[in-house]
Amino acid sequence: MAVFAELSRQGKQMAAHRPCPRILVEEEAWRAAAAVLAEGKLTLLGLWGDGQAVHMALLEDGPDEDPGKFSSTRCETLVLTLACPLGSFPSVGAVHAPAIRLERAIRDLFALIPRGLPDERPWLDHGRWRLEHPLSSTPGERLKPAPVAYPFLPAEGEGLHQIPVGPVHAGIIEPGHFRFNASGETVVRLEERLGYTHKGIESLMAGASLETAACLAGRVSGDSTVAYSLAFAQAVEAALDLSVPPRAVYLRALMAELERLANHLGDIGAICNDAAFAMMLAQCGVLRERVLRAAHEVFGHRLMMDRILPGGVTVDLTPAGATRIRELLASIRAVFPALADLYDKTASLQDRTSGTGIVAPALACRFGAGGYIGRASGRSFDTRRHLAYPPYDTLAFEVPTFFEGDVNARIWVRIREAEQSLSLIEQSLDNLPRDNLARDDRLQVSVTDIGETREGLALVEGFRGDILVSVRIDAGGRIERCHLRDPSWFQWPLLEVAIEGNIVADFPLCNKSFNCSYSGPDM
Amino acid sequence: MRKLLFQGLTRSPLTEAAPTQAELAALARDLDRTAQARLGHSLSIREVDAGSCNGCELEIHALGNAFYDLERFGLRFVASPRHADVLLVTGPVTLNMREALVRTYDATPNPKWVVAAGTCALGDGVFADSYACEKGGVAAVLNVDLVIPGCPPTPIDLLKGLLALMERPAV
Repeated sequence: MAVFAELSRQGKQMAAHRPCPRILVEEEAWRAAAAVLAEGKLTLLGLWGDGQAVHMALLEDGPDEDPGKFSSTRCETLVLTLACPLGSFPSVGAVHAPAIRLERAIRDLFALIPRGLPDERPWLDHGRWRLEHPLSSTPGERLKPAPVAYPFLPAEGEGLHQIPVGPVHAGIIEPGHFRFNASGETVVRLEERLGYTHKGIESLMAGASLETAACLAGRVSGDSTVAYSLAFAQAVEAALDLSVPPRAVYLRALMAELERLANHLGDIGAICNDAAFAMMLAQCGVLRERVLRAAHEVFGHRLMMDRILPGGVTVDLTPAGATRIRELLASIRAVFPALADLYDKTASLQDRTSGTGIVAPALACRFGAGGYIGRASGRSFDTRRHLAYPPYDTLAFEVPTFFEGDVNARIWVRIREAEQSLSLIEQSLDNLPRDNLARDDRLQVSVTDIGETREGLALVEGFRGDILVSVRIDAGGRIERCHLRDPSWFQWPLLEVAIEGNIVADFPLCNKSFNCSYSGPDM
Repeated sequence: MRKLLFQGLTRSPLTEAAPTQAELAALARDLDRTAQARLGHSLSIREVDAGSCNGCELEIHALGNAFYDLERFGLRFVASPRHADVLLVTGPVTLNMREALVRTYDATPNPKWVVAAGTCALGDGVFADSYACEKGGVAAVLNVDLVIPGCPPTPIDLLKGLLALMERPAV
């Protein structure tokens, strides 16, 4: 951890940040960190504003010769903080592209200026909110909210034409705008414009009670509600130094893996359907529905919303519920291998998915793309393994990794991860502790006021990749600042690259194979 | 693939029984009585996500799976508002989506109905007090004919609501 040691020496460690250190640095060290990011020796995990300061979360791989391979399980995280009393900071995006959209969002929300940022267009702010810079210390009232012109990046050449798509799309999906520049059928440039689902979540978080904040966290991106609730809970528990009852730890993993399984099943079917292979959607749709129905019967909610709170979980698993989940596993195992085989052996389908929408491994590494997008392009990072949190440190599982980086590889990562999730669900059931505590304490420890300001950071593996939550809790036990960074922040930009040179008709296929969240990064 | 297709022929369907008339009557009571007369027994639905967390979309998607099989009722999702009778709106109506929602409504030919689905769309969700969201959900922007509460509403809730649009209220 040589790089972290060097950066830490250049600043002052702040107390009360758990579990990793937070270092208050000057501009020189901030710039040095940006340069190290640009060299590829660290991965950017997040970059967010906080009043008159900015924070940067970093990941350092173990002593591994080959950056991005993550053969070591000893990754570490570090948070750097730079105070911006004059309202600006040196842009990280100027040297490290993955930071650009994050810095555009910081400027929209906090009025902090990233000096040298190559793209000065707003990102989340479309000119329509009632406030200007809503998260700054002095938000201004916007007297006449009105849409502002948004100049898309140009593409020049003979015979190029533009195709604007969205924000309302043809399917039942979230809103966002895609601007294609095409030469005949071939995409020359795709540019995304997002922010349509910006709900002001981090503003609603400020001042909220832990219960309200947990409820909000569970609705940042509905398809990852379990993972977000877990990430928020773990950040709070880190801050307050809480130990979660062992039974709750395993129930959390059980729910998280059920969520991953349901989403992967849905995605596998939906991607194939976008290659006009409807049978896979029908078959996988049945399996996904079976998972959701089991979740409803066992945990009382199909998506398992609001089942995880700081301190533990709100529902127990009955013996009948455990049997129900084992039956679910059996029913999926009876069918799923045949479906994977069907995918593997249908040449007309493979013709669409193989070699389509390629993300080069170097780019996946540079952007720190998580989940199936990173793991289809050789980046094997998985927080369950490399920043392992209980109970994954005691469970056996593989992190399936492919190197082709195409739609096909992203499907195979999902197929293999679904199989791993089936195993992890079984292991969670087998190892579920039956402890002897009083009933109320078995599932959730009470959260008591700590009497001082505390800070916590958590990274949790959602089905899409690593979700980062940073939280600061005041002495009265309320949220002072909470930042939730969706994995899609670092995945959306790669879609623009993946589609380049492909035909327009393959965009739905590429897009579905990414299945990025809109709501998550729109915040 | 042949084996899977053959199994499909020999196994009984997964599709479940339709909701009963009594269940639908309660919902239909709230509706414009002319809906069924105007639309007959078929509805084309355009879904508009006005800033949801995507939880509602997951459950709307589920309506297409073999268990609910929406299309057997003459209900289908269409790609363009030009083809739609009904706008099914989810989300709190973020200010960044307000204009797109209104323009989608304007692009939908008459007669048309608006269904607000999910707690957020009803104006009661966790995002209701944000600087970035419309106060009052979908009803603050469009005339809402039917609401389907839930966070998110289950496929059965959604199915009942949509079927109610087509049923004459019990007198």
